[in-house]
Amino acid sequence: MGFLIETVFGGLMTGMLYSLIALGFVLIFKASGVFNFAQGAMVLFAALAMARFSEWIPKWLGFDNAILANILGFLAACAVMIVVAWCIERFVLGKLVNQEGITLLMATLGITYFLEGLGQSLFGSDIYKIDVGMPKDPIFLFEKSFEGGVLVNKEDLYAALIAAVLVALLALFFQKTATGRALRAVADDHQAAQSIGIPLSRIWVIVWSVAGVVALVAGIIWGSKLGVQFSLSLVALKALPVVILGGLTSVPGAIIGGLVIGVGEKVSEVYLGPHLGGGIEIWFAYVLALGFLLIRPQGLFGEKIIDRV
Amino acid sequence: MKKIGEVILEVKNISLAFGGVKALTDISFDVREHEIRSIIGPNGAGKSSMLNCINGVYQPTQGSITFKGQTFRHMNSRQVAEMGVARTFQNLALFKGMSVLDNIMTGRNLHMKSNLLMQALRWGPAEREEIAQREKVERIIDFLEIQPYRKTPVGRLPYGLQKRVDLGRALAMEPQVLLLDEPMAGMNVEEKQDMCRFILDVNDEFGTTIVLIEHDMGVVMDISDRVVVLDYGKKIGDGAPDEVRRNEDVIRAYLGTSH
Repeated sequence: MGFLIETVFGGLMTGMLYSLIALGFVLIFKASGVFNFAQGAMVLFAALAMARFSEWIPKWLGFDNAILANILGFLAACAVMIVVAWCIERFVLGKLVNQEGITLLMATLGITYFLEGLGQSLFGSDIYKIDVGMPKDPIFLFEKSFEGGVLVNKEDLYAALIAAVLVALLALFFQKTATGRALRAVADDHQAAQSIGIPLSRIWVIVWSVAGVVALVAGIIWGSKLGVQFSLSLVALKALPVVILGGLTSVPGAIIGGLVIGVGEKVSEVYLGPHLGGGIEIWFAYVLALGFLLIRPQGLFGEKIIDRV
Repeated sequence: MKKIGEVILEVKNISLAFGGVKALTDISFDVREHEIRSIIGPNGAGKSSMLNCINGVYQPTQGSITFKGQTFRHMNSRQVAEMGVARTFQNLALFKGMSVLDNIMTGRNLHMKSNLLMQALRWGPAEREEIAQREKVERIIDFLEIQPYRKTPVGRLPYGLQKRVDLGRALAMEPQVLLLDEPMAGMNVEEKQDMCRFILDVNDEFGTTIVLIEHDMGVVMDISDRVVVLDYGKKIGDGAPDEVRRNEDVIRAYLGTSH
């Protein structure tokens, strides 16, 4: 029993990280109707910026304080992501107002390659580490209830907490503020939004900046676990089944989708693996997403799209 | 008896071409404050193109537009909205996933002063502002008689009601000039009557200047002060409904010629 709980816990933690990346997709899709292929590249770019700035800034300013270095590095990386958002609006999306979704999708594919290349040429292409001082030591929970207790990584717990706070803030922003309402309006219809005087360009800069900061948080958490390297941008591929499962337009969907996939792949790996020959973790998410596409294409929480004929 | 004021909007020699296709050729007319000015014409006459030029969706290839004394080569959608022009759409362009209330609230966007941070924290002034805006919106909802659908996602409403929400969103901007693109298209007689009543009331109570596009002659002649008639992108008539009705070119355009 203890082992099952431990597996589920491990899955929940990985799932939370998938959720964070999926959240980036959902945010941009909700607010601009663009399926942002570049989310993975943004995670990589943001993490690289964070890793390098927190290393460079102490050198430039000549101080030696890990916390200050991390804070300044984080702020610098935020600034970088806002500049990226502004550039994307100014040079790419701003030129494509009122275009088809597929055109915008292709544009984000271009942004992906551009950001991957630019990130590595600006910040280098080695493996860098981010150390934000997250505790690495494992702890044991429920030692009284089970023999040996449940082994949980403290780092994972903190990561989950950060993700939860972030999600709560975003939900508040989207549902409760006039700007959030404007964002949803833009997502539904560019032209109508323009006609009532919603500034498209400013809205897009805001939403891409928010997605950039979410990417940064995801990048920091993943990066401090695995190191910052090119493969980080591939983690985003795991977020695709998450958004299919949860629904492209739903913030809670992204969270629950991530958790379901995280737990599902861990549990099936451990319990089905021995019978099916292992490696389930690699394909589980995609098969689940495929099943969902057949049964419920709008995802668990997505808005059902009804077209008037 | 309402008082019709000075010229508020004037289009001069507007031409619009898409590649080789001429959508509009040398169109000029003016709109006076507080009047209901209609643009009519058969399908494909260029009515919507004209509206889109005024609204800044299209940029005319020639001509100029003067609004409240300022002359522009072409308009910009957002700028036009800021100057007090609202519009509705022929093919509904509502925010389908959002409730009726939220849709109309978006129309208040330009009137919102508090910044993002204050809104997020629901800090005093921002909260008061949201409530004040909400009151205005509720008044519009009452006016359009859509109270029961306040929280319904717009995508689920029947077509006639969606048209009303579209009008409501435009009204929420408290526009000086309201551009209506076929507000009665696809409606049955009863819905048309309701819509006519709303248009007349808006004009009457708020003094809003209305530019109305419609191809149903009957409706237009009843409620308009002055009418412009377009055919194949050219202006073939302009004047009071009775004058226009007697115009030979207009009769020919609508009924065809006898050979």
